[in-house]
Amino acid sequence: MTMIFGIPIQAFLGQLLVGLINGSFYAMLSLGLAIIFGLLRVINFAHGAQYMLGAFVGYLLLAHLGIGYWPALIIAPLIVGIIGIVIERLALARLYDIDPLYGLLFTFGLALVIEGIFRYYFGVSGNPYTVPPLLAGGTNLGFMFLPVYRGFVVVASLIVCLGTWLAIEKTRLGSYLRAATENPRLVQAFGVNVPLLLTLTYGLGSALAGLAGILAAPVYQVSPLMGSNLIIVVFAVVVVGGMGSILGAIVTGYMLGLAEGLTKVFYPEASNIVIFVIMAIVLLVRPAGLFGKDA
Amino acid sequence: MKLLHLVSAALLAATAIPASAAEISDGKVKIGILNDQSGVYADFGGKWSFEAAKMAVEDFGGTVQGAPIEVITADHQNKPDIASNIARQWYDTEQVDSIMELTTSSVALAVRGISVEKKKIDLVTGAATADLTGKACSPYGFHWAYDTHALAVGTGGALVKQGGDTWFFLTADYAFGYSLEEQTSNFVKSQGGQVLGAVRHPLGTTDYSSFLLQAQSSGAKVVGLANAGLDTANAIKQAAEFGIVAGGQRMAALLFTLAEVHGLGLEAAQGLTLTESFYWDRDDQSREFSKRFFDKTGRMPNMIQAATYSGVLQYLKAIDKAGTDETEAVAKLMHEMPVEDVFARGGKVGANGRLISDLYLMEVKKPSESTQPWDYYKVLATVPGEEAYIKPEESGCPLVSQ
Repeated sequence: MTMIFGIPIQAFLGQLLVGLINGSFYAMLSLGLAIIFGLLRVINFAHGAQYMLGAFVGYLLLAHLGIGYWPALIIAPLIVGIIGIVIERLALARLYDIDPLYGLLFTFGLALVIEGIFRYYFGVSGNPYTVPPLLAGGTNLGFMFLPVYRGFVVVASLIVCLGTWLAIEKTRLGSYLRAATENPRLVQAFGVNVPLLLTLTYGLGSALAGLAGILAAPVYQVSPLMGSNLIIVVFAVVVVGGMGSILGAIVTGYMLGLAEGLTKVFYPEASNIVIFVIMAIVLLVRPAGLFGKDA
Repeated sequence: MKLLHLVSAALLAATAIPASAAEISDGKVKIGILNDQSGVYADFGGKWSFEAAKMAVEDFGGTVQGAPIEVITADHQNKPDIASNIARQWYDTEQVDSIMELTTSSVALAVRGISVEKKKIDLVTGAATADLTGKACSPYGFHWAYDTHALAVGTGGALVKQGGDTWFFLTADYAFGYSLEEQTSNFVKSQGGQVLGAVRHPLGTTDYSSFLLQAQSSGAKVVGLANAGLDTANAIKQAAEFGIVAGGQRMAALLFTLAEVHGLGLEAAQGLTLTESFYWDRDDQSREFSKRFFDKTGRMPNMIQAATYSGVLQYLKAIDKAGTDETEAVAKLMHEMPVEDVFARGGKVGANGRLISDLYLMEVKKPSESTQPWDYYKVLATVPGEEAYIKPEESGCPLVSQ
């Protein structure tokens, strides 16, 4: 049997694939964060809570209204996006002119409140949400058993990431968005409704978190704590990729997923630290992140 | 003048307090339920344990020796320093007579130290470490429900007997996980089983697929989960996804209760093996108690909550029999009196404070086998308390003559 670093190549390939799956979640979540930071300059600490909301909307739809996975895949991001828009209009929009620290504090507090409410009503052990029948089961790839649903998550995440990237880089609306990132005043002077653009961007970022949440529901326990477990890693991804860089967030998400997957094979104890070690090294060598522009 | 004061004080004391409550300090019995109510173990006992304690007081009649009984509660957030502060405040200024529940081993050990210092009774139902009745035992300290050793014997021993003789562990990377893994491996080996490998994962890991793949390729017949709470739930959910159980391997959760099975759902949890010392659907008595618990809380009790009920009840019975709430007298009776209630049948308390009562090896039902809400377990075997717990004289407790 061929070995790589003392590990059979089958096992090695299996772990790479698992890393890719986790990377998909990281990429999708950090994408939303990067978009929000890029345009709003808000460090959205509520992102984890919005991810959790997405999963819970899916669960509640199923448990109380009997609405299954496929409709929820559309409805959950929509609802979370709308909640995001409301939050932006009511509160965040009032914080743009003061120190960015307030935006961070506000979203952080908001995340704690949302999580606290859900913890109160649903407890911490979480709620069941099963894989939709169409995607149940798995296939034996020869080197590993791949659950069909995990494969679906990778494909869905690639489509979403690519779609978002194209929308921002190649469309007219995307060009407004990028321009507003560079110089909001000038763009407003050209007659673009920048406040509306900001609101929609926050809504889009939140919706992406909600989508990641509903995609995660069949894989992880739908628990109020699910977001806070993930959010710190996702922040590291955004920092490594370069704050606000959309392509950076996507590529780094997959890369760090792979790095973490490999660490789980060689030295599992370090698997929750490896991402931060990489972050520290990247910050030392390229303070603006791998894909960031130097200020 | 000084003498006069003393005399009048003595006279006052003799006349003012009714004879019946004379031996109850501060005129009432106050029990504190201290546990995690907002963190990772909030479903393990949580605010439901407080409800169970209040039920015990109600069932006892609300008063003991003519004195009212009060139950208070607080959230220790799984932090030993916070728990210590609360415990000191309760004992020093709030006239709390006994602290119970104490989920999380580090917290239970910290509060144990304070209870010994203040000469108060503590009764642990939520923490796992067997040290509470081993090297950290106390003449006034008790441990109900379960411990790491009993779980190892229950789940480990029984599975080896059923042919599950090769094991692979997924272990939480901290003291609790190590001790659970170590005790279970020792027991598996002593029964002629083999441990093929173990992987240590950080606390709070969300994705277990890497570890599960390693467990899968090890070919072990049993995958032992030496972790707790949400970690275990996520590992089990993902094991179902990767077809571990469908592929013929068995999942054994070393510390998992009804509350977590409920959160996971039968679809994901089916086939899981675990050990608990209480099941609501055990007999008429447990069903009656659990139904009343359900009416108050909307959920069926797990072993932590049922044991908290039992512990409070036993403490009150001991006070009633002693005619006082003075610590030494009550503790002495608690060591002597048999424990016979909805939780423990024929239970005895060892000289190290360990309640020795039966545990049950359970298998989680398939969704098709479950006929009503909360119908989750098949009882595979009863694990007699004498086999499950370390004998007091072998526990390493300095109070017991070796």
